[in-house]
Amino acid sequence: MASPAPRPAADEVRPPAGPPAPVGTRARWSTVPLVVRHLVLAAGALAAVLLLIAATDTVNTMRIAAVGYSVLAIAGLQVLIGASGQVSLGHGAFMFIGAYTVALLVIRLPMLPLWVNLLITVAVSAAAGVVVGGATARLHGPYLAGATLALAVGLPSLAVRFPELLGGGNGLAFTTRGAPPALAATVSTAQWQAAAVWFTVLLALTVLATVSRGRLGRRMRAVRDDPLAAAAAGIPVGRTKVAAFVLSACCGGLAGACQGYLLGTATPSSFTLALSLSLLAALVFGGMGSLWGALWGGAALVYLEVWAEDAAHALSLGTSVTNNLPIVLFGLILIVVVLLRPDGVHGAVRDAAGAVRRAR
Amino acid sequence: MSPRTPVLAIGLTLALLATACGGAGEVEEGRTADLDVATGVTDDTVRIGTHQPLTGPAAPGYAQISAGAKAVFEYVNENGGVNGRRIEYLVEDDGYDPVRTIDVTRELVASDEIFAMLGGLGTPTHSKVVDYLNKEGVPDLFVSSGALMWNAPEKSPLTYGYQVDYTKEAKIQGEFIADEFPDEKIGFFYQNDDVGEDSRAGLERYLGDEIVEEQRYESGVTEIGPQIAALKKAGADVVVCACIPTYVALAIVESERIGYRPQFVVSSIGADTETLKGLLTEFTDGAGEDAVEELLDGLIATAYLPQVGMAEDPWIGLYRKIHEDHNKDGAFTNTTVYGMVQATLFAQVLKEAGRDLTRQSLLDALESREWAGPGLVPFAASKDDHGGFAGAMVTRFHAGGEPETLREPKVTDREGGAISGFELERPDPGETEFFDGG
Repeated sequence: MASPAPRPAADEVRPPAGPPAPVGTRARWSTVPLVVRHLVLAAGALAAVLLLIAATDTVNTMRIAAVGYSVLAIAGLQVLIGASGQVSLGHGAFMFIGAYTVALLVIRLPMLPLWVNLLITVAVSAAAGVVVGGATARLHGPYLAGATLALAVGLPSLAVRFPELLGGGNGLAFTTRGAPPALAATVSTAQWQAAAVWFTVLLALTVLATVSRGRLGRRMRAVRDDPLAAAAAGIPVGRTKVAAFVLSACCGGLAGACQGYLLGTATPSSFTLALSLSLLAALVFGGMGSLWGALWGGAALVYLEVWAEDAAHALSLGTSVTNNLPIVLFGLILIVVVLLRPDGVHGAVRDAAGAVRRAR
Repeated sequence: MSPRTPVLAIGLTLALLATACGGAGEVEEGRTADLDVATGVTDDTVRIGTHQPLTGPAAPGYAQISAGAKAVFEYVNENGGVNGRRIEYLVEDDGYDPVRTIDVTRELVASDEIFAMLGGLGTPTHSKVVDYLNKEGVPDLFVSSGALMWNAPEKSPLTYGYQVDYTKEAKIQGEFIADEFPDEKIGFFYQNDDVGEDSRAGLERYLGDEIVEEQRYESGVTEIGPQIAALKKAGADVVVCACIPTYVALAIVESERIGYRPQFVVSSIGADTETLKGLLTEFTDGAGEDAVEELLDGLIATAYLPQVGMAEDPWIGLYRKIHEDHNKDGAFTNTTVYGMVQATLFAQVLKEAGRDLTRQSLLDALESREWAGPGLVPFAASKDDHGGFAGAMVTRFHAGGEPETLREPKVTDREGGAISGFELERPDPGETEFFDGG
């Protein structure tokens, strides 16, 4: 896939706050520790999502939740590709691991609460990330892409290989608890699950944003821009690459876990190569170099497909057209975005916001 | 940033998530939905829905099912509807992807507010929405799949099966082979999921050492050369094929290529001859019609519905007419008939339920009597048995002719019970009430 060279987004290379500090709310905000700032932003975002969920019907609640876990998967990919410069064509495989981990935990150990399940999923994904990242940190460019591609193609067939444990081609189905009894009258199962998914996603994004603005983030960018210079500066190149891979794998696994929890299923046919490639395409579409890009990418991934299918069926087009319309549409939009704005939708939004600010 | 901040964040996560600490898999049982409701029913319409693979890998064979059902509902509506109501049949495309099945099913139930689900298609797909439909109190009638799991009245009281399940069908195949090919070596070629597993359970009731070789395929992997070669090497004279149409056709083409001509015995899911002809034409790079018929000649298959080749059958006559009036663009195949029978059965039950319609009264009507109609075997829908069609007949395809009945329809169970004949008065369309008329 032709993607533009990842460029650092403007907000990432903000110069260190030098003296003299200007006065005002803006300045005071910047003295608050980074992680607190991120948590406040995440809490605001959660409130917004909850309002949105309360205002929509069940179907859209489910789709909003789907946007949530897609955002997380894409954000993980952004850390890997945008920040550390490694390309992965196989992130669907980590979603597969996450979904099956949650499915097995819910079926075999139903007494474990959701948050324990999610933590175990993170641990399992991290282990997978260490194994895969450790092996692929020596590779670069197309070789790395090829190795991760093999992962996406090969891993789902595990489910077919071990049908007793993983349910074979039909996959696993399970039911999870909805809202606690006290809230069951006012909050539907779908709303509760969507809220839980977004809570998890925003917490993970907080960790991700904080880490990528910190030491590890700086090291990853240094390795991405010039591994030799980074090594000369004393940065452990291999370890940094593996760390980025593990972080990214955790996000993918957690996203898969959220998907499994939300839908109550883990099926090999949901984790195709097309999923991995769509995640990458959505990242390019949203904009590499910033976590915000993941938001636009995730929303596009879920809603473009829905709209394209509705449009195809409304126009009663032939089967072969309907089959391919969502992918064609997504491809076309991706080409247009890359031609007009190589920095993706987020680049356009940022420029627009900047223009508004200057005009004031 | 202090290096401890991520740790802090994770700690906070734990603290917050700990507030919601019940076992994720501990679902409270017992809450049953109210069935005395008439969701989706108005004075002059009743709205039902289904999920079908109109696109994706399963579309080429199975998209005709909902087209057939739609045609029958149009015919019913044209003839006055059922108890004064038109049937509104919503077909949602799930592309045979379980994730989308869940999405469109929620859309049907929550947004479109369907009265009942009719004939949701596929085992991997429908198994993911059975719990949801039962929890929401939506009647889940006539699932389009032969898996055993639809017949579980205790666990899924609102789910009713339709097609003969894979084990019953394989028992009938097994007995037939044991009787007719007692000295032959048997090979078993199967899809590596519940189709193969449940079929084996049935075959093994009647065949033991005769089965000399078992080979499987994964749905989606179209290279089956090694499997067919292994069957040939084992010297199997009869090959039982628990496969979908694509793999039946591939098996026929591949064995022909290596000069291996076993007697194929195919399950109903893979035995739609019109679909097979289309696939064979494609796989042989456009061999002529005669050559394709020749490849299929002698194919033995199980069936429980009237076949399009049965020119004398009154139901086939009616369906052909409905097809010409309402489904002109589609092909008239056994798969189309599958959907048409499904729709006819549903309309029969709806008629029986009467004008005063609720979800409960629909299910009461369904369990109230034995159903006879288009199907060739009795249809089980009672309090303890949600199994659907209870048996099958054995037929042989003849190139250019009508299918020959090798063994009359018989019924059995999915355990060790005998295979037996039955009494069934099969009514003509004229004697069957499934629309108001006039």
